[in-house]
Amino acid sequence: MDEALIERIQQNPKFKELVHKKGGFSWMLAIVMLVIYYGFILVIAFSPKTLGTPLSEGSITTVGIPVGLLVIISAFVVTGIYVRRANSEFDRLTQEVVEEAKQ
Amino acid sequence: MTKQLKQLGAAAFLALASSGSRAAGAIDGAVAKRDLNWHAIIMFFVFVAFTLGITYWAARRTRSAKDFYAAGGGITGFQNGLAIAGDYMSAASFLGISAMVFDKGYDGLIYSIGFLVGWPVITFLVAERLRNLGKYTFADVASYRLSQTPVRTFAATGTLVVVALYLIAQMVGAGKLIQLLFGMDYMYAVIMVGILMVMYVMFGGMLATTWVQIIKAVLLLSGATFMAFMVLKHSGFSFENMFSQAVAVKQAAAAAAAQKAAVAAEVAASAVASKAPNASAAVASAEAASKAAVAAAKVNIMAPGGLVSNPIDAISLGLALMFGTAGLPHILMRFFTVKDAREARKSVFFATGFIGYFYILTFIIGFGAITLVATNPEFKAAAGGLIGGSNMAAVHLSKAVGGDFFLGFISAVAFATILAVVAGLTLSGASAVSHDLYASVIKKGKANEADEIRVSKMTTMGLGVVAILLGILFEKQNIAFMVGLAFSIAASANFPVLFLSMFWKGLTTRGAVIGGSIGLISAVVLIILGPAVWEVTLGHPKGSAPFAYSNPAIFSMTLAFFFTWLVSILDNSQQAQEERARFLPQFIRSMTGIGAEGASKH
Repeated sequence: MDEALIERIQQNPKFKELVHKKGGFSWMLAIVMLVIYYGFILVIAFSPKTLGTPLSEGSITTVGIPVGLLVIISAFVVTGIYVRRANSEFDRLTQEVVEEAKQ
Repeated sequence: MTKQLKQLGAAAFLALASSGSRAAGAIDGAVAKRDLNWHAIIMFFVFVAFTLGITYWAARRTRSAKDFYAAGGGITGFQNGLAIAGDYMSAASFLGISAMVFDKGYDGLIYSIGFLVGWPVITFLVAERLRNLGKYTFADVASYRLSQTPVRTFAATGTLVVVALYLIAQMVGAGKLIQLLFGMDYMYAVIMVGILMVMYVMFGGMLATTWVQIIKAVLLLSGATFMAFMVLKHSGFSFENMFSQAVAVKQAAAAAAAQKAAVAAEVAASAVASKAPNASAAVASAEAASKAAVAAAKVNIMAPGGLVSNPIDAISLGLALMFGTAGLPHILMRFFTVKDAREARKSVFFATGFIGYFYILTFIIGFGAITLVATNPEFKAAAGGLIGGSNMAAVHLSKAVGGDFFLGFISAVAFATILAVVAGLTLSGASAVSHDLYASVIKKGKANEADEIRVSKMTTMGLGVVAILLGILFEKQNIAFMVGLAFSIAASANFPVLFLSMFWKGLTTRGAVIGGSIGLISAVVLIILGPAVWEVTLGHPKGSAPFAYSNPAIFSMTLAFFFTWLVSILDNSQQAQEERARFLPQFIRSMTGIGAEGASKH
């Protein structure tokens, strides 16, 4: 990549938009995932009884089972949300930046 | 209390050991040989013949270095997702996590969640940039704007250490598992694994390695799905029924243990009263029985048990699992096998889905084993417990739900899993030597491709021989800590350098090499001083370990990040200025993919 090309991409408002949106979105989702996981770990570490409460009166299934499954499913869903937006919006922006840089 | 914490630590290590693509920990200690299991052997040879066919096919398509290291960049996101999931669904995570659920119930689920949640973070922060910047190894990315020789030497060292520790653990695990499942001799098993892995990698390169992994992932997912389905069918497709049956089994076991303790106490009391010569022995056995009864009564399979009650170890384990994955060379390498950043992103999405689904299956399988295996005298050893230990819970369950034929299938898949994983490890070690050390450091980037491939094939041979020898040498050793070590090194040495090189403009060569090395050394030292090695392997008394935690990641990772940052900001050399200036072009390429490696055309 030569200096002029770098300069042109850097100045392109679409590149700035891409950096701003994609960066912000990635970090936000990463933090969401960390909060979900470490929230779960902290409940286990400090209040394990919470997860051992029966789901309803007299049931064997505890609150921990759906919570655990939800953490697993949330990992998949959060990844899916990112991939969906990245495949459409971010890829389109990237494409435009690349094409404008070639001119 | 402290003793309990130590056990937590040790358990955390075992879990680390069984995480991802490793077969350590789960199958430690002496294993009794079984009769030859013909169903398993025949099915295994069918698998081997089929994969060798694939290797032959792949060999004819593997010509350039890009073909050899990265399957020509032509793997799709879906295929790569399966291959990554395959790397993660090792024999140990299949057998080890279902065993943990079988023993402890809910705690097994906590561990599997830890292994999974790193993946989304990898998608958001690492996968695409890695694909845009690198060619064959993660060192390509770490050294992108830094000085090649020191950074590549460091990264190749990190890779080789991780690969060597893993390979030993896998080889020893493989030998024991095969002894257990097939009734084959340990040494023959290790040699066979070594030869097959060398053949896959040397002739078929990344293309064969990836397809072997994909096939195994499909077989394992299908087998586990069938088992989980049969378990659910047994309880009328009701989770509530499945849980209540399992709880009833555990309660019956606890009642039996209490009964035994009461009898032993009576015997001891009358022995003491009559001043019988065996009184002290009777008292001791009564004490042991009461302890066992208390332990059995304490197990609550529907709630978190004692495994993760120490917050520091819990968080440290979480860090090592999450970021260790993003520093494992054989996993990172998979991102170079796809066409572009878009496919890299998709592959993590599919991988997360498959891995999450797999862990839900192992949870069901573990509970199924409590009701269908623990209650069946056919699977019980004379001393109580399962034949072959808890790690065999899933294997016994396969027989309980599908008979001898399905038992053979699951055994063959377990072995296939090990083969697929060691092949990936070997390829990643070979590329560190040929691509990073030979082509970039020794030949200063001027090696020709044919020589580079020749060096990687020679390295593959060498790694095969070393793996076989170390596998035989370490047969009697407790190898669980090695995998923990590999994971911690990946999180403390490889990951900080890789991450900062992509995200922080201020990183300099000096900072990367010094900070990364501090991470590597502190991880090694803290593990040796920790309970798993100090007490278990070196035989010092319990509670004497100078470092109280089993998992050093929270400390060693922090040290690595801190020193990388400190040395980098203090580095005002001319070279450091230039390296900072090169961040912008690197950043633009990582975001847009301009100049990134494309797929080779065939």
